[in-house]
Amino acid sequence: MTANLRRRKLVSHIFEVLCGLAVVVALIPLAMILFYVIKEGAGSLNLDFFTHMPKPVGEAGGGMANAIVGTLILIGIAAAFAVPIGCLCGIHLAEYPGKFSSAVRFAADVLNGVPSIVIGIFAYGLVVLPVKRFSALAGGVALGMLMIPIVVRTTEELLLLVPGGLREGALALGATRSRSVFSVIVPAALPGILTGILVALARVAGETAPLLFTALNNAYWSTSLSQPIASLTVQVYTYANSPYDDWHRQAWAGAFLLVMMILTLSIAARLAVRRLERMNRS
Amino acid sequence: MKRSSDDRRFRLGTGAFAALVLLIVVGIAIELTRQSTLSIAKFGLKFWTTSTWDPVSGMFGALPFIWGTLYSSVLALLVAAPVALGIAIFISELSPRLLKQPLAYLTELLAAIPSIVYGLWGMFVLVPLVRKFEIAMGAKPALGVGMLAGALILAVMVIPFTSSVAREILKNVPSTQREAAYALGATRWEAIKVAIGFGKSGIIGAVMLGFGRALGETIAVTMVIGNAPQVTASLFKPQYTMAAVIANEFSEAADELYLHALIEIGLLLFIITIVVNILSRLLIWSMKRRVAAPAVTQLLAEEVPV
Repeated sequence: MTANLRRRKLVSHIFEVLCGLAVVVALIPLAMILFYVIKEGAGSLNLDFFTHMPKPVGEAGGGMANAIVGTLILIGIAAAFAVPIGCLCGIHLAEYPGKFSSAVRFAADVLNGVPSIVIGIFAYGLVVLPVKRFSALAGGVALGMLMIPIVVRTTEELLLLVPGGLREGALALGATRSRSVFSVIVPAALPGILTGILVALARVAGETAPLLFTALNNAYWSTSLSQPIASLTVQVYTYANSPYDDWHRQAWAGAFLLVMMILTLSIAARLAVRRLERMNRS
Repeated sequence: MKRSSDDRRFRLGTGAFAALVLLIVVGIAIELTRQSTLSIAKFGLKFWTTSTWDPVSGMFGALPFIWGTLYSSVLALLVAAPVALGIAIFISELSPRLLKQPLAYLTELLAAIPSIVYGLWGMFVLVPLVRKFEIAMGAKPALGVGMLAGALILAVMVIPFTSSVAREILKNVPSTQREAAYALGATRWEAIKVAIGFGKSGIIGAVMLGFGRALGETIAVTMVIGNAPQVTASLFKPQYTMAAVIANEFSEAADELYLHALIEIGLLLFIITIVVNILSRLLIWSMKRRVAAPAVTQLLAEEVPV
């Protein structure tokens, strides 16, 4: 082996090791975050956390019942309008490729890259400003707009995974376009689309920035759509910024709950997508 | 012809919802401009070049925030880009087949963790570590919160976005490229370099996509960067970002000019991220078109790791 070749092989080995190190470097913070969230959060999570209201400073205990319900209401509103819009848009993109669809796809990707805080300002201008009041509705609208691009792209993606033979079969039997979409193609992709929607929900449930000046926060029990409402994320943010140890513990518990929810949903989505891909291959 | 009219209705019906997505993007631009007219009219370009931020006397200059946003994002990318590229190369070129899927999944998990959890971790774990480092470096005062903590947390947050797109790009480089390199006697790394060269524009696009993410990241950065508006190259000093000032002050903005000033910052943030995003998409797209892979959409959807 010449010296030159030996040197080139050495360089190659060094870079291969560096690439492996990069993976380790990225996994360290992941492991650390999960470790601390479990260590600090799991211990603080108890039944009271789910069933009790926040206690004033100095009183031990209490929970985030209002914030948990608040988050559920917020993502409920978000889903109520993002899912129909997103799914129908995704269907259009999958069914009618062309210039218009490319433009919409592009817009969806651009929307996906717009900072969530900017979406928050938009929702503020649309919903809060006209009535001059922070509200659950405004928060839900902000989260919904963050959901739309994810739902659009997931729906399109999964519809395109459905074997072409199914579509052709339906059309060959004389089904109209809409019939073949709603009776054959969408049902085939449904498990995937549903889990995709759940992942999108989990993702927006973890959003804080767009809620700060739309849903604001609420120290009391509220389920009204026209009133400010508490949410897990904003509550964690408020508690984290407070100087009280007890509130910090609650913040970790909230973070633990958020992370568990997201992990569960994203693993479920993985499995559903994999099943669909297998079906496509066979 | 019932059938064709049904088809047309279906096409227009779903098309209307598709148009709605276009409308939202345009709507954001219009609304943000409309809500920041007062500050645009009063300060003009001075808004972007002066540093006084004094809501009480009604003077607004956004330079420190722009500086903080750009500086923290550039620093984050300096750390994140090599790591993300290394991950992409390892997973797509070097890793044993059995490890590919799990590693891809684990790195993308970083993107699924909510910003607030990063922030919490940053506040209580990363900042004390940074403070120790600052004390060791002899920085005074050693606060822990500041540009370094902000940039580091941003770096971790954007790694999954850049690496998943870069991986997808490498996957799309025709294997003939590598085979040709091997046939010429290339080592493994030299063959990888050929593949990277082929996918160069797409990889630059992947890095820009991460940059766009870093620019708009809000809560985690707000919690660790220190929130002090100042233009300084110091890594240890607390600074402020555009997104952070909006998050902190928006709900307290009492008078209209103050609110318009904050929304104008949002408008600029929107414009910058849109430009960065469009450029990155075009780069990725042009790379994809060169290989003319059948599933064009797959790549673009990839940065939404499901």
